[in-house]
Amino acid sequence: MNAMETRTTSALLYLDGVHVSFDGFHAINNLSLTLEPGEMRAIIGPNGAGKTTMMDIITGKTKPDEGEVLFDGVTDLTRLDETRIAELGIGRKFQKPTVFESQTIQDNLLLALNVDHSVRGTLFWRETRDESERIERVLETIRLKDARHKLAGSLSHGQKQWLEIGMLLAQDPKLLLVDEPVAGMTDVETQQTAELLKEINKDKTIMVVEHDMTFVRELGVKVTCLHEGTVLAEGTIDQVSSNERVIEVYLGR
Amino acid sequence: MPHVLTRSLDRSATIFLAVVATIGFLIPLSNLLLPAGSMFQVPTYLVALFGKYVCYAILALSIDLIWGYCGILSLGHGAFFALGGYAMGMYLMRQIGSRGVYGNPVLPDFMVFLNYPELPWYWYGFDMFWFAAVMVLLVPGLLAFCFGWLAFRSRVTGVYLSIITQAMTYALLLAFFRNDFGFGGNNGLTDFKDILGFNVQADGTRAALFLLSCLALIIAFLICRAVVTSKLGKVLIAVRDAESRTRFLGYRVESYKLFVFTLSACMAGVAGALYVPQVGIINPGEFAPGNSIEAVIWVAVGGRGTLIGAALGAVVVNYAKTVFTSGPLAPYWLFMLGALFILVTLLLPKGIMGTFNAWWEPWKAQRISVNAESTALEDGVNVSKPKPAE
Repeated sequence: MNAMETRTTSALLYLDGVHVSFDGFHAINNLSLTLEPGEMRAIIGPNGAGKTTMMDIITGKTKPDEGEVLFDGVTDLTRLDETRIAELGIGRKFQKPTVFESQTIQDNLLLALNVDHSVRGTLFWRETRDESERIERVLETIRLKDARHKLAGSLSHGQKQWLEIGMLLAQDPKLLLVDEPVAGMTDVETQQTAELLKEINKDKTIMVVEHDMTFVRELGVKVTCLHEGTVLAEGTIDQVSSNERVIEVYLGR
Repeated sequence: MPHVLTRSLDRSATIFLAVVATIGFLIPLSNLLLPAGSMFQVPTYLVALFGKYVCYAILALSIDLIWGYCGILSLGHGAFFALGGYAMGMYLMRQIGSRGVYGNPVLPDFMVFLNYPELPWYWYGFDMFWFAAVMVLLVPGLLAFCFGWLAFRSRVTGVYLSIITQAMTYALLLAFFRNDFGFGGNNGLTDFKDILGFNVQADGTRAALFLLSCLALIIAFLICRAVVTSKLGKVLIAVRDAESRTRFLGYRVESYKLFVFTLSACMAGVAGALYVPQVGIINPGEFAPGNSIEAVIWVAVGGRGTLIGAALGAVVVNYAKTVFTSGPLAPYWLFMLGALFILVTLLLPKGIMGTFNAWWEPWKAQRISVNAESTALEDGVNVSKPKPAE
């Protein structure tokens, strides 16, 4: 483990001076951002602002060209791969809902549980009461209890989004990265999702990327607007949405 | 979670095993006990032919385990089959002893012919059956482990992986064709006499080999079922359907692939080892890329991700091959095989077994919903059939 001797920051997630370019295109440009433990942060910004790339960097899918990415003040995420980072306690929900379509909802959650993920552990795995209770609780939270034996592929788009959030819950991470959770949802579902995230935020740190401004307003949390791979504005939703530059590049006049 | 055996054996698995066991006993018995010429007597040449099909069925199972459940399309699995076959062939060669044409007690005929001064070091130990049996598992397993370790760690997937597996088997084909490689060059290994002291040509030995092949098929099937019905099986399907998602959940995908790929290669090796004494020869032709592709077609025809379908597909396609290639249609067999593949892909994308399941499951589900709740709970897990196509 590449743990440093002392924590340099109190933040749960600390990005400083991060650069990434793909074939000369600067996807992330001197990006600095911190997330305090227990915080929920909404990330907005136009297409191509680097929101998803930032999540790729945090979860180890993309390695930054330079810059510092620290988790929990001590762990350098740029040196770890996806599996290690997931094990550390960073969960991710993809922009396009990604669930295991040919398996049941219950099995999807079972796979997501943060238990022994070794080959031997899964080969000789036996269900424990604790695990089934955890699955039960998540099924309750995401309101899919009656559908537990249905294949995930048979769910509606909104339900898949919820199942994926449920998988994040089963994974029980310290930090949740949630990419566009309400894309393609009805107004009622959007409202419910906001409530769900607020509920989850009671004991977990969350970073939400979302385009839906009504939803972001609903969350009522600190907002960061990205543009061309760097932070354009940061503050409350009212501060950010009244910012001249934000209106110019993102919200439109 | 029920015991591993009850978990692995659902109704169709039990039927399949019962059928294999019955065939495994009936065919040798009819061959040995009934008088020759009787209507129900299976002639010895057919026992050997059916034995060959059973070995192919094991190979098909091993391919289905990685392709059907984990999405690894190996187009080089024939290499592991052939390596297992060569390991057995080396044992059989050393059993010939001084009965060879040149009468050398240590060197096999081809080595005398090629003026080998002494037995190459890698032939040491193959005079002992147990050693050869270990090598049957170890050589394909080790190659698969090294190959897989490099490929999976570098995240080589999909068509790229298929291409390098083809390259692997082709490279081995070229190597084994060389006379100075020490495995008999293009003639391969043949003229076997004894296996464990029994004459390989004798009816009794053939019958026993057939029975053993059926037994190996049963064991291989049980291992595959135990793997795919465990939580590991669910992880494999997860890797097949959404690899990066699985990674972000904290699974080390490459370890899973490596495990199942190595296991599969060992199974293919056993299949090859049982195949060689029954057909009486192993030569580099077994490494031909076409063989590996053909084996994948068996699985596609039978139904990917069903295990039973893979075994069934191997037998059906090879029976068809035997029928066609022994008649006037022989020159057209490859066209027919190609047509079969295209037709199955277009008309039965889930293969024979997958199509049967798709038709059978709703009927079964209906019957279960009428029955008790508790059994429905159990079957809900079993209904999770893997998706047949990527």
